[in-house]
Amino acid sequence: MLAFIRPFRSLTHPAAILALTATLLFLPPSASSQIAVTADTVYTMDGDPVVNGVVLIRDGRIERVGPASDVAIPDGYERHEGVVATPGLFDARSVVGLAGYFNQEHDQDQLERSHAVQPDLRAIDAYNAREELVGFLRRNGITTVHTGHAPGAIVSGQTMIVKTAGGTVDEALLDSTTSLAITLGPGVRGQFDTPGTRSKGIAMLRQELIRAADYAEKRRHEDADRRPDRDLRLDALADMLEGRLFALITAHKTHDIMTALRLQREFGFPMLLDGASEAYLLLDEIREAGVTVILHPSMVRLRGETENAAFDTAQKLHEAGIPFVFQSGYESYVPKTRVVLFEAAVAVGYGLDRTAALHALTAGPAALFGMDERLGSLRAGNDADLVLFNGDPFEYTTRPTHVFIDGVLQDKMD
Amino acid sequence: MKKPFRILLLSPLLFLLLNGTGLLPGTSGHLFAQEQPVAVTGAEIITVTGETYENGTLLVRDGRIIAVGDAASVSIPSDAEVIDATGKVVMPGLVDSHSHIGEGDGGDRSAALHPDVRIMDTIYPRSDSFRRALAGGLTSVNVMPGSGHLISGQTVYLKLRPANTVEEMLIMVDEERGIYGGLKMANGTNPLRQPPFPGTRAKSAAMVRAMFIRAQEYQARIEAAQGDPERMPARDLALETLVEVLEGRRIVHNHTHRHDDVLTAIRLADEFGYRMVLHHVTDAWKVADEIAASGYPASIIYVDSPGGKLEAINLLPKAAPILEKAGADLGFHTDDPITDSRLFLRSPAFAIREGLSRQKALESVTIANARMMDIEDRTGSLEPGKDADFIILSGDPFSVYTRVEQTWIEGAKVWDIEDPEDRKYATGGYQVIRSSGHGHHHDH
Repeated sequence: MLAFIRPFRSLTHPAAILALTATLLFLPPSASSQIAVTADTVYTMDGDPVVNGVVLIRDGRIERVGPASDVAIPDGYERHEGVVATPGLFDARSVVGLAGYFNQEHDQDQLERSHAVQPDLRAIDAYNAREELVGFLRRNGITTVHTGHAPGAIVSGQTMIVKTAGGTVDEALLDSTTSLAITLGPGVRGQFDTPGTRSKGIAMLRQELIRAADYAEKRRHEDADRRPDRDLRLDALADMLEGRLFALITAHKTHDIMTALRLQREFGFPMLLDGASEAYLLLDEIREAGVTVILHPSMVRLRGETENAAFDTAQKLHEAGIPFVFQSGYESYVPKTRVVLFEAAVAVGYGLDRTAALHALTAGPAALFGMDERLGSLRAGNDADLVLFNGDPFEYTTRPTHVFIDGVLQDKMD
Repeated sequence: MKKPFRILLLSPLLFLLLNGTGLLPGTSGHLFAQEQPVAVTGAEIITVTGETYENGTLLVRDGRIIAVGDAASVSIPSDAEVIDATGKVVMPGLVDSHSHIGEGDGGDRSAALHPDVRIMDTIYPRSDSFRRALAGGLTSVNVMPGSGHLISGQTVYLKLRPANTVEEMLIMVDEERGIYGGLKMANGTNPLRQPPFPGTRAKSAAMVRAMFIRAQEYQARIEAAQGDPERMPARDLALETLVEVLEGRRIVHNHTHRHDDVLTAIRLADEFGYRMVLHHVTDAWKVADEIAASGYPASIIYVDSPGGKLEAINLLPKAAPILEKAGADLGFHTDDPITDSRLFLRSPAFAIREGLSRQKALESVTIANARMMDIEDRTGSLEPGKDADFIILSGDPFSVYTRVEQTWIEGAKVWDIEDPEDRKYATGGYQVIRSSGHGHHHDH
């Protein structure tokens, strides 16, 4: 949430200068401070696409964007060329960094099974910035990821937002505490001694939230001596009830989606509806609730609670005027992560408007998480996170060729 | 492949015994073929093995292709039903060399080797997964049992004809013996578990070798009997199946990922002289020259990210172009549900992105896979005399914007996007694609 976003590193701040110097001196990626990117089409996601466009980058930020006829490339700018340029892609829900690609016990930190309610588990304490899948996503154009604890517990833990560059969580971090990951439906059953049913899970969650509401009130007490002892679990839930964190509620079946909306009405927390395989059956209800859908991967397997997923749900949400964004989601097996670009591409193949799809990969999630002042569009002053493609970003046979984060060329693919 | 395809070491007695079991259903008759000719006109027709015709005509009758060529060169009989496919693309029906559709199972946990187990006995012909596959343009599929064994059982080659019984779907590849599938094997970590399963790779190889040596001995006893029923060994379903493998009548489909496991699979196939397809072959790019030199084709899988299990951490989208450059025969498979049959064309398309030639990409989901199933003489390309298995696409086969519009098997339209009942299988939705609820464990 916005309140928790770290202020943008001011370039005059000593730490920023140090970081920039370190970047220039030590990081393998090419690190010119002045870069000119040209592309046949530049999707700025801030107005119409620019044909024959130029993006000037200076000191990690976008300096200027416009058609080649208007924007002259100054001397000394390192030049890169592509067919299509887009803002860096934003994966709105993942577990990468907590879940590693070996899929062995030692690299699976996305779900702690000792208790079904653990809002105190921080994503930052488990994120491996050097996880292979992080770089893998980046090479596919994803520069920002909302990642953290997986579905599978009533409250499995916290999520955070990182860039896909940087060798440590501190270097990668944009927002340490974005949401609490909450799961409704059969995904929780079998993971813990209790709950064993849907309704028991909801009862447990409501009781915790009522406890947290009481705690929230007490911790605001003017007299510090009369405030309760700190309780990390209640702290996190209270933060959510006070609107500082999202409730990221995973629900697929219609009755689970309706339960999520009912909980939101009862407790008033800011909510994101995650998964939502059967959202096409509840378009009116979801629109009226005003929630954003973090839609399941288009290629999610059709079994269990996702058996009714459809390739055209994104298009139906778009037509219904329901805001939605794309996610790579959580996979327990193969592929260990999905690629949000590929998931959006399938939605486009099944009828979703291309601009709407690009929006849901860039400006949409940036705005959703309160980061649109620096991410999600190619606008002067924004972070210079952008991707060059050798053709249509959604097409199977074309691909990203260059990925820039904070004005640094991270990857160049032949 | 290593061995010629039709080595028929006749074992008449074994045949007679098998024939007596009622295992020889009525071959691959064209059950739904219509006598009226059908002409598909105006489309770009990709034959795969021959030319691509910009404005082609495909003429079919009695379930077979009568003619294919330029519009000017194919005369359309006056009684033909004409399908105007102007602006569309026509290509052979897709052939999938490794899938788990149809809700079958395979060997259980009682042993690591189950050559006697037939997935044919467990296929559910009304499974929605078959409709889903038709929506993806699949017409012939190698449905595999297992996995998780050294030998999971006998695979089954199916034409996705609308059917009430599995017999109506079988593709007979050996009429004499009634063989309509291969043999599913696996190495690497896939079969490793508690006894009676192997605990190490070396033990895996030793167990497979021991069983094939028994099969060789069994084969020798049959040959020594020289047709005398008194001297024939007692029937052994497992060894009979392996004899079919040793005789080159039944192809081994071998799950393998790590480069050293690939080489072990090749070593064992070479030792016993059986025909084999390497399946998944994650590390193929590391041993591409060895695979090409061995002559065994590679049926590879494309998944969207590396990892998920140790054997798959070196997954590289470039594997297919590397194999092509080395000169290996290669195809793609869905391993459905690992990848979705409806998006099968995505796999070769992503390989094109990495440098695979367009021609090889076309072959990789048609004729190359047909070769791996011994059915290349009847499907996998558009040639006169072959089964009229074809699909009509809205555009380039390798574009995300292209949809399969019609699927035809043996001259009959079996799936049509214009039919709402068919269309829903392409898109999915509420209670469209149901599972029968069996809990079969799957590991790719």
